[in-house]
Amino acid sequence: MTERSTESSTAGRRASAAASWPVAPFPAPLQGADTTRVAEPDFVPETRFAVPGRIAVSNRAAALWQTATLTEVRRETPDAATFRFAVPGWAGHLPGQHLMLRLTADDGYTAQRHYSIASPPDDAGHVELTLDHVEDGEVSGWFHTIAKPGDEVEVRGPLSGFFAWPGDRPALLIGAGSGVVPLMSMVRHHRARDLSVPLRLLVSARGPEELIYAREYGSETTPVFTRQAPEGTPVGRLAASHVAPLLGAGQPPDGWEAYVCGSNAFAEHASRLLVAAGQPVDRIRIERFG
Amino acid sequence: MNVTRGFTGRPRVQNAGLPPGQYDAGDDWPVLSAEVTPDLAPADWSFRIDGLVAEPRTWDWSEAHALPASAYEGDIHCVTSWSKFGVRFGGVSLDAFLDAVRPDTSATHAVAYSHTGYTTNLPLADLTGGRAWIAWEYGGRPLPAEHGGPARLLVPHLYFWKSAKWIAGLRLLDHDEPGFWEQNGYHARGNPWEEQRYSGD
Ligand SMILES: Cc1cc2nc3c(=O)[nH]c(=O)nc-3n(C[C@H](O)[C@H](O)[C@H](O)COP(=O)(O)OP(=O)(O)OC[C@H]3O[C@@H](n4cnc5c(N)ncnc54)[C@H](O)[C@@H]3O)c2cc1C
Repeated sequence: MTERSTESSTAGRRASAAASWPVAPFPAPLQGADTTRVAEPDFVPETRFAVPGRIAVSNRAAALWQTATLTEVRRETPDAATFRFAVPGWAGHLPGQHLMLRLTADDGYTAQRHYSIASPPDDAGHVELTLDHVEDGEVSGWFHTIAKPGDEVEVRGPLSGFFAWPGDRPALLIGAGSGVVPLMSMVRHHRARDLSVPLRLLVSARGPEELIYAREYGSETTPVFTRQAPEGTPVGRLAASHVAPLLGAGQPPDGWEAYVCGSNAFAEHASRLLVAAGQPVDRIRIERFG
Repeated sequence: MNVTRGFTGRPRVQNAGLPPGQYDAGDDWPVLSAEVTPDLAPADWSFRIDGLVAEPRTWDWSEAHALPASAYEGDIHCVTSWSKFGVRFGGVSLDAFLDAVRPDTSATHAVAYSHTGYTTNLPLADLTGGRAWIAWEYGGRPLPAEHGGPARLLVPHLYFWKSAKWIAGLRLLDHDEPGFWEQNGYHARGNPWEEQRYSGD
């Protein structure tokens, strides 16, 4: 595989392949994120639909397992808590990326799972994860019943540039349950850097009690409650009426990059609403928690 | 070894079919595609092989179905750590398609691509010898759209991101070119038995 700088090689590709492979404008790498060098393919298929273009991220840190020391546990909802780790060698991430986490038993048995990173990139040397307590969950169960500050686990990452948001383009974020976790990293980054690009978050939860990060949302966020809601707020699932006002006449001049995260069922539902409301499929990025 | 305090994990299973770091997802079949599930009817589906071949060719739905039927019964392994045992896919062996286009001796790799534009790279050797299929049935029924229907590539001895959903074609090359996840840091080959998850593994 050849390694080339993306900056030069993608410029030509964008011009030649724009019709079938829309490449989003490349961001300048964030401070803290590694320089961006990846192999670029020569073959770009002509297809009827299109996946969104790649976001330039470093892949170098992915191979390395690092020790993460738990420093703090914060309860978010009855079922979800945030776990803060010190990871001194953390290479930096873009909002939206995830990591792989590994627990090891004393006989060498390991369990590894993916978790989205909740904290913004500027939180140097630290990452925060927010975990749902899954019934009988091997990894989330350990976190919710045994873990305490001082415990050490292993992480590798950050992983996957596909769902990353570099902060350079208007972002329409739609999440449900713990699917809001990677989106919160984007909201926090937007706030921490005082970015002027538009950003909106639609977050679905069963009720106010189950709404993760409830205290942190501002005017950018519209919560959607599916089972019970505070007085005066309607109850129901995410619908066309939530999405429609943000698209068409209501969208920024060059449209949104949409980020959808949650269960597969939610991701299918939300992405269909977006397509129906006119959002181009090649500008919908989906992270499914399985 | 970095033992995690107080972590015992599930009861150990002696399952020779489970590659390292994987667990048995049982009846679950998680969906992890990164793009919108395309609304693709069988009538709009086609499959093409070109690149380093004697005779590039495109098959439509009925032409593909006219090839000899072939099934895969066995296991599949996803890089996110789940494995699924005893699945049954029906379709046509990729060998039947490749025989028709006659790959050039210089062809060493392929880029498989989807009707969504998704791509993944594979050594040609992983696609021949009865180890890869174009599959349109799962458990005796049409393959559901979210799992890649109307038809997907099936390369069950590699991690499942190599089994491109909504398969549109193969381009045969004389070199390896990273696909969608491979450009995002995933391993070029993805052999679950060697735990080739990310580049560098
Ligand atoms: C990219 C990505 C990002 C993610 N981000 C987050 C996040 O930010 N927050 C979050 O909470 N989750 C996230 N997830 C989900 C997370 O990876 C785990 O799947 C989740 O925490 C459950 O893991 P667990 O070990 O607790 O449960 P598991 O032990 O995996 O159990 C999950 C379910 O499967 C069953 N099960 C699994 N294995 C067995 C077995 N061997 N025997 C019997 N039953 C079994 C369990 O009963 C349970 O119902 C993410 C997933 C992905 C792919």
